[in-house]
Amino acid sequence: MGSDPRARQIAKGDRRVLARALTQAENGSGDIDLLLAAIEHGTAHRVGITGAPGVGKSTLVSALTRAWRAQDRKVGILAVDPSSPFTGGALLGDRVRMVEHTGDEGVFIRSLATRGALGGLAPGVYDAADLLDAGGFDPVVIETVGVGQAELEICRAADTTVLVLAPGAGDEVQGMKAGLLEAADVLVVNQADRDGAQALATALEAALDLRQADRPRPPVLLTTATAAKGIDALCDVLDERARDADGALADRRVERAAARVRAALYRRLDHYVEGRGAELAAAAARIAAGESTAAVEAELLMDDYE
Amino acid sequence: MSAAHPIRVLVAKAGLDGHDRGAKVVAAAFRDAGFEVVYTGLRQSPEMIVDAAIQEDVDVIGISIHSGAHMTIFPRVLELLRETDAGHIVLCGGGIIPPKDAEALKAMGVGALFGPGTPLSELSGWIRDEVGRVRAGHSA
Repeated sequence: MGSDPRARQIAKGDRRVLARALTQAENGSGDIDLLLAAIEHGTAHRVGITGAPGVGKSTLVSALTRAWRAQDRKVGILAVDPSSPFTGGALLGDRVRMVEHTGDEGVFIRSLATRGALGGLAPGVYDAADLLDAGGFDPVVIETVGVGQAELEICRAADTTVLVLAPGAGDEVQGMKAGLLEAADVLVVNQADRDGAQALATALEAALDLRQADRPRPPVLLTTATAAKGIDALCDVLDERARDADGALADRRVERAAARVRAALYRRLDHYVEGRGAELAAAAARIAAGESTAAVEAELLMDDYE
Repeated sequence: MSAAHPIRVLVAKAGLDGHDRGAKVVAAAFRDAGFEVVYTGLRQSPEMIVDAAIQEDVDVIGISIHSGAHMTIFPRVLELLRETDAGHIVLCGGGIIPPKDAEALKAMGVGALFGPGTPLSELSGWIRDEVGRVRAGHSA
């Protein structure tokens, strides 16, 4: 691995350097790849928190953070909110629910905008989690945008995916037809002080009864994040998972590494293609004149790729 | 840093009053101007504002004050920014601030103060210009 003075500064807890590195990860700019090669890659438990808008994801993250801080653990949080597809702007409001942790040196919160990325996460979120891990934060929480049915990227970015639901958010089985319910490692019914919470938990258990048993059955927990109820039980479940007795987390990390290599390759290829404007135009002219085909031209360009 | 990356702005409501209507309107206007706006909510102390601004690595801090504490809050934020080596962050604000106080605060290093009735486009235009200047200075 390489050397970079910033790696040591991040390991020593320099929040300014960490914050700037997170910006570079987000922008994919500067020499972030060098830094990523130089930092210590630990095994911080990456906890993904996902669910529909308004179920209490940020409030739950704040309550979990309070419990972890009571155990003197340093908590890193990446909170993702959507960018406007029209203006590119974003209102990142998750800090409002986590304000009690502002000023606590043992907590680092970064708000990220999706910037056009699909899947409910932000570009650079994998690298950002690496940086927080290197800063000694464990767990690293990744909170997705409020999701519907298809935003499953979190299952790759996190070691453990917690799907948060709340009673009264429509037909409870609606949001879980395929996808999220299959993908989650832990199910949480938040706002358990409201009517219908127990019924929702029962419906979830029934839905889990019906599915194929080729994956471990996720536990269903009830929480009231605003009153810190059920949080200790959720912490216990997450800690158990972090101990990784069955090797599920290790498998997840290998899958994530494979996905990241693949993404890095696509990025390089993309970059290569972008830099070949003249060759592409010449190829297009030949194809239009009936002298060549797209497959032949691609083959020639790939021969050129070193 | 390339100017193509979205401008990040922290919008905070300082002081003990609950009048956050203005801060919310401004936050929404900044979002519509293409900025990434970190909204931190009510009753933020200077320490909280600067701590959040560092973690979020923002280009700009915008503080809304209606409580009359502006002569305490703004100088303290400036001081904390300098202490934490974050003097490059542009500080601006809005609210009910008498012209005499506004002049004094600007002399201390507050970039701009916007009173009631300022067109929202003027705010975002000013921020775009300032951040463009700071970012150009950094890469030079």
